[in-house]
Amino acid sequence: MADYEPWNEARGAEIIAAHAGRDGATMPILHALQEAFGCVPVAAVPMIAESLNLTRAEIHGIVSFYHDFRSHPPGRHVLKLCRAEACQSLGADALAAHVRKRLNVDWHGTTQDGAVTLEPVFCLGLCAIGPSALLDDKPLARLDSARIEAELGATA
Amino acid sequence: MTRVFVPRDAAALALGADAVAAALAGHAAVTRTGSRGLFWLEPVIEVETPRGRIGYGPVAAHDVPDLLSAGLLEGAPHRLRLGKLEEHPFLAGQTRFTFARCGITDPLSLEDYQAHGGLKGLRRALELGPVRTVEEVTKSGLRGRGGAGFPTGIKWKTTAEAPGSPRGGPGANQGGAQKYVVCNADEGDSGTYADRMLMEGDPFALIEGMTIAALAVGATKGFVYTRSEYPHAIAAFNAALAIARREGVLGGDVLGSGHAFDIEQRVGAGAYVCGEETSLLDSLEGKRGQVRAKPPLPAHRGLFSRPTVVNNVITLASVPFVLAEGAEAYQGVGYGRSRGTMPIQLAGNVCYAGLFEAGFGLTLGEIVNDIGGGTRSGRPVRAVQVGGPLGAYFPPALFDTPFDYEAFAARDGLIGHGGVVVFDDTVDLAAQARFAMEFCAAESCGKCTPCRIGSVRGMEVIDRIMAGDRVEANLELLEDLCHTMKFGSLCALGGFIPYPVMSALTHFPEDFRTPQKVAAE
Repeated sequence: MADYEPWNEARGAEIIAAHAGRDGATMPILHALQEAFGCVPVAAVPMIAESLNLTRAEIHGIVSFYHDFRSHPPGRHVLKLCRAEACQSLGADALAAHVRKRLNVDWHGTTQDGAVTLEPVFCLGLCAIGPSALLDDKPLARLDSARIEAELGATA
Repeated sequence: MTRVFVPRDAAALALGADAVAAALAGHAAVTRTGSRGLFWLEPVIEVETPRGRIGYGPVAAHDVPDLLSAGLLEGAPHRLRLGKLEEHPFLAGQTRFTFARCGITDPLSLEDYQAHGGLKGLRRALELGPVRTVEEVTKSGLRGRGGAGFPTGIKWKTTAEAPGSPRGGPGANQGGAQKYVVCNADEGDSGTYADRMLMEGDPFALIEGMTIAALAVGATKGFVYTRSEYPHAIAAFNAALAIARREGVLGGDVLGSGHAFDIEQRVGAGAYVCGEETSLLDSLEGKRGQVRAKPPLPAHRGLFSRPTVVNNVITLASVPFVLAEGAEAYQGVGYGRSRGTMPIQLAGNVCYAGLFEAGFGLTLGEIVNDIGGGTRSGRPVRAVQVGGPLGAYFPPALFDTPFDYEAFAARDGLIGHGGVVVFDDTVDLAAQARFAMEFCAAESCGKCTPCRIGSVRGMEVIDRIMAGDRVEANLELLEDLCHTMKFGSLCALGGFIPYPVMSALTHFPEDFRTPQKVAAE
């Protein structure tokens, strides 16, 4: 479970400055911000632009291109459920329908109690033991509705 | 204390390997390894005995007390005893060149790595020098394992001979411009996990391969672009990089040769298209991961406009074997123009799911039925998707196709990165074709129209077909659209998505014309 800092401009500036000198600094900066704050806060976009001598539009274009970057922090846990073909062959579609119903959220949604954010993922490299998922950084395999219930129950 | 090997591959962790290691602590000296690739048996543990390593699996933490009292540490009989793993039929039938150490050694022990033949290839490359190293790789017949199958030696030669910028760059060596080696570890294809296994189980092999590539082309800096979906591979590889720097394999003086080379790992952010090499380069440069038009080739103008070798993890990790054992040893295995071995990854609804490294040329039927044992569900195999989301769906009628770049291309398919995903008879190929278009729409970089718009239109057309709306006319439209995408797209995403769609249509037409759908027309 991730423990994110609330957005803080000075801390954001410090993170940006720590990576700004690297070749192709954008991705390392965005990852570092998301690791600290759970997202890439909208307020950080002009700061990154300033530091890399790019426009805000360019930074917005980069942030919004990649599926991983969020503009708001996720719930206390992130469940990335694999939707790719190998897991489909073992019932991932039905499992996803079950999870969405159980959590009462759609993809990218966070449960009302803020416990779990559900993200789709296209392959975790666990294709030999599907259906698979990543709960925070914990890999889960051979999932069915009972197993996922047990894992979700443990997060409550 | 007796040594017991417990994998820490992400798949083994998903099946409880950490709890098994914890249960063994205090009873045995636990060494964490990669996976041997027999995933239906994970977690597989191995005990070091005077007769060799004896395997047991699948082991759950609650089995450990029983195993210990049965004499696990002496390799005694038990219902979970597998015997010597190298004698297990799944492993005995393989030719492990690239994955020779994976699952055997401690991935983060450079000592262990060298005791199992590691760094031999790099030392030979240092003796041979750049020109003869490139010749050796060319002679081996090694082709890009990312999917395109381009001859690696020719790519290296092009980069080595590229003049680059006359002004040079920081750290430029050999009197030329800055050049780069970039490793594509954005293994996004469903059904593939070889890159992940290797980076977690034998990361020094990738470091050694990249260093050989760097010496061969005159690069001083390397980047590995790893997908964010692989947190365990990222951690293992960063740990290996730190060790390699500390031990002088990387840094200002590679193995005391006077050559400088260092590697940095960068992490992707969930964009499938960044597995395409030019899109990957743009992402590394800090931009949107959009595809570049070729030419110029990355070998001439790649990362930061410098000459760049871009190779897949498995390609680079195969190079140490080629140098250590010689081009002939590698070239001597294979089929047609596909030389050497391919780590075939059996995935999805298959009984014996795992990594099977073998020379090219096994037939698809041998792979799915003889090695894979058919479906996990026990139902008949109906379709097999080879080569990831851009690969064709093959019916059992095409099971005589040999695993080879050209043989698959001749049947409108591709082997891609070697993933083989098995589906049983409950699969709906119209739904799979729709998914292919949906995936392409979600992952398109947006630069070219056939891919960006074609994928959305494709989804809509398949929806109409599935609803029974003017089926024949819409099927014709879908074929026409696939033709446009195949020949008009800038890269393999839009260009190859017609493979799964058209193969579904060609080999499984009944799924697009179900009685209900036709009746509704």
